[in-house]
Amino acid sequence: MSNIHVTTTINGDKVEFLADPRETLLDCLRDKVGLTGSKEGCGTGDCGACSVTVDGTLVCSCLVLGVEAEGKDIRTIEGMAEGGTLHPLQRKFIEHAALQCGFCTPGLLVASKALLDKNPSPTEEEVRYWIAGNLCRCTGYDKIVRAIMDAAAELRGEAA
Amino acid sequence: MKYHTPYSFEEAAKIAAQASGTTRFLAGGTDVLVQMRAGIVLPEELIDLKKIPGVFDMIRNEDGRWRIGAAVPGAKLGANDALVADWPGVVEGMELVGSTQVQGRATLTGNLCNGSPAADGVPALVAAGASVDITGPNGTRTIAVEDIPAGPGKTTLTKGEVISAINLPARGNNGGDAYLRFIPRTEMDIAVVGCAVNLTLDGDVIVAAKVALGAVAPTVIVADEAAKAILGTTLDDAALDKLAAAASAAANPISDKRGSREFRIEVAGVLARRAAKIAYARAKGE
Ligand code: FES
Ligand code: FES
Repeated sequence: MSNIHVTTTINGDKVEFLADPRETLLDCLRDKVGLTGSKEGCGTGDCGACSVTVDGTLVCSCLVLGVEAEGKDIRTIEGMAEGGTLHPLQRKFIEHAALQCGFCTPGLLVASKALLDKNPSPTEEEVRYWIAGNLCRCTGYDKIVRAIMDAAAELRGEAA
Repeated sequence: MKYHTPYSFEEAAKIAAQASGTTRFLAGGTDVLVQMRAGIVLPEELIDLKKIPGVFDMIRNEDGRWRIGAAVPGAKLGANDALVADWPGVVEGMELVGSTQVQGRATLTGNLCNGSPAADGVPALVAAGASVDITGPNGTRTIAVEDIPAGPGKTTLTKGEVISAINLPARGNNGGDAYLRFIPRTEMDIAVVGCAVNLTLDGDVIVAAKVALGAVAPTVIVADEAAKAILGTTLDDAALDKLAAAASAAANPISDKRGSREFRIEVAGVLARRAAKIAYARAKGE
């Protein structure tokens, strides 16, 4: 069947693309819109590397169809830094060496930002449960958790 | 593949009824998209239900009954304090499904219609006495949740039929429910055994109870003997022993890589005992 015209908002910008109805939002972001920050680790909802928010809700973009983006507000990793200024989470990931190959990092940043937007002072346990759907094959998670806790403290205005 | 966005369940049912090839309804998509990608299901007609008014509604009627629209994602259940207060077991069951990301999309209705015997969202619905509203080519009907699963990956829904909402009865006073599952890790796994208990008290005495078991038979099962074992009791040790024995006796599981038959039978009793204690404490307001 012919492609469907989709109008959506990505990181605050109005975006239009043509999608085959079988294509996922992840495919559309990467191949049609040129936003390759979201990664495909599995394509089946298991790894979280493709995490984005749709109307404020954290989802796997590999489990959303591109055509479902019509009229939605999509936020991706590309919208996280403000101009050249990194988001505190991004800065803390670097400071704590919370990444090695970096493949999981965009998804983890988007996921942890969604957590801190909802709960500015999560416990370590809450952080670990929240990111249980973000797999990292390199770091062993500990540095990631510390980076998130530290960023949360900074965002609350507490000295680290 | 044709992508449809009907604006009513009647229209959705009509599209499905007239389709000649494989049809899938799309709500959260956390099963359908995975099946499409794996090539297990390649629908010719994909019917997205999310444009239908009311599918995201979660409404508590004045008499205390709940109606949960077919597209309400898991994350929204736990965020609804009134629902958590009335049916904590139903909410905790659904919240065990998948990751935070999956919770942003996955729905109770989808968990039911996917037909997995291990679906975590389903036993507590059954124990609660929940029903579903169905729209089909010949009109609407309402049936009990336990009458939907027909075996792994199968439901009793006929061609063109689609579930529009799940109904939960009024909680009433002095009631409590709970769901527990066993998995070999702490998160992100599929139930080896699941058990839901729903009960109502008069003082300290149980005057109504329903027990449902998941992952121990081709479909979710209602363990009537297990419920009888605690009726009229104060959930003393003798009642708990009888409950556990009856839950184990009701289980008829297979052995697979996630657990042997013997293990599952044993664990069904253990979980029934623990879930009953939690439901009892909740009913007492503890
Ligand atoms: S690529 Fe989407 S969860 Fe792995
Ligand atoms: S840094 Fe390599 S997967 Fe996480």
